[in-house]
Amino acid sequence: MTEIRDYVAPRSLADALRVLASGPATVLAGGTDLMPQSRAGRVRFAPTLLNVQGIDELRGVARDPGGVQIGALTTITSLLEDPLIRDRAPVLRTACDHFASSQIRNAATLGGNICNASPAGDTLVPLLVLGASVVLASAGPEGIVKRRLPLAEFLVGPGRTARRTDELLVAVQAPLPPAGWVDRYLKFGARPALDISAIALAVGGTLREGRLEDARIAFGAVAPTAIRASEAERVLSEGPLDRARIDRAVEAADATIRPISDVRASDWYRRELVHNLLRRVLNDVCDA
Amino acid sequence: MSAMLEIEFRLNGVVQRTAVAADMSALEMLRDVLGLTGTKYGCGEGECGACTITVDGRTVNSCLMFAVDCNGREVQTIEGLSATPLGERLNHSLVAHGAVQCGFCTPGFMMQAQQVLAEHPHASREEIQRGLEGNLCRCTGYRKIIDAVEAVAHPTASAE
Repeated sequence: MTEIRDYVAPRSLADALRVLASGPATVLAGGTDLMPQSRAGRVRFAPTLLNVQGIDELRGVARDPGGVQIGALTTITSLLEDPLIRDRAPVLRTACDHFASSQIRNAATLGGNICNASPAGDTLVPLLVLGASVVLASAGPEGIVKRRLPLAEFLVGPGRTARRTDELLVAVQAPLPPAGWVDRYLKFGARPALDISAIALAVGGTLREGRLEDARIAFGAVAPTAIRASEAERVLSEGPLDRARIDRAVEAADATIRPISDVRASDWYRRELVHNLLRRVLNDVCDA
Repeated sequence: MSAMLEIEFRLNGVVQRTAVAADMSALEMLRDVLGLTGTKYGCGEGECGACTITVDGRTVNSCLMFAVDCNGREVQTIEGLSATPLGERLNHSLVAHGAVQCGFCTPGFMMQAQQVLAEHPHASREEIQRGLEGNLCRCTGYRKIIDAVEAVAHPTASAE
């Protein structure tokens, strides 16, 4: 384990961004992944440990003109208890309900789950289905500079993101789904609690006259990042949602995923899971 | 060696000042620096719940928390819970239901049971099971542990 030379716990975003601009820093939020990963040697500490937990402006769920804005420090428990998320983005709430354990949900933050960029990250799949973007802030010559990036572009590889070292992920923005929106989330693992997904999937779209319009499908743990299955989405959007179309969407999804074999499942098994669970979820939407 | 920091927080209701290394876990601070050994080290990665404490009224795995992050917070350990009326009721109920074998997981279960009862004062059996799913008992005593928490949640129903 590498040594930490400086520890800073700023109370304002501007102070935190100045720290990030001045040299390499490891960002600490909930710590639930940073602690075990640093102990196991998978993450090396930068010389400065930057604890962002004291920056209250990065906490909470609020409506904004584009839909909903969720502060990066919002815990999974807070998301689970939020009425706006429950009523308007149930797919995210369901994923939070399947997230680790009560103790970890109380500490883990949304921003942390995203920046870890695990291919199996529990919040990534519902956020992809919602069409979420991340907001990255950095210190500029005339104050705080923010840029928005679609989540799909932010996730670059396992544990890798498009965040520059001088940037902090400060919020997640997502449009709120329109009337008639339906969604489903399914996480498959060996036990309900504390499990890392063998696969996870979410489906969303607007049901109108037998069609699933603006269909969205996302998968976790079947590619280097959580992914959208855009080809399968296109198949679904082209006509009425029936058994034949669902079969074609499943085939298209199979062509998109790139699963690996690891301790949780073999690549063959992951493909079987994608086939069977996507078909089950789409049949369920079709019959609803 | 990593930087040492002075921190101050409330521990079981009493102001505590101590010096900790920047990379130290809250669990190591409690056990090795402050001598509160009721909180147990089980897995070190948040799987077993033996190290459960509450921070600002919510349970967390102390093995996953940086000790420096306790600064300015309100921390409760099993030593603090045991001295409360609820802690005594949980303690007696666990004994009465034979829910303690080796006892290693018991402090973590008690801390998490307190969280479950705070969220659901009259928790159903299912709510108790869901609430305790982050705690492992390797003596396989779950049924009796759940019975014991259920008896605290429904005191009249279980007074046979």
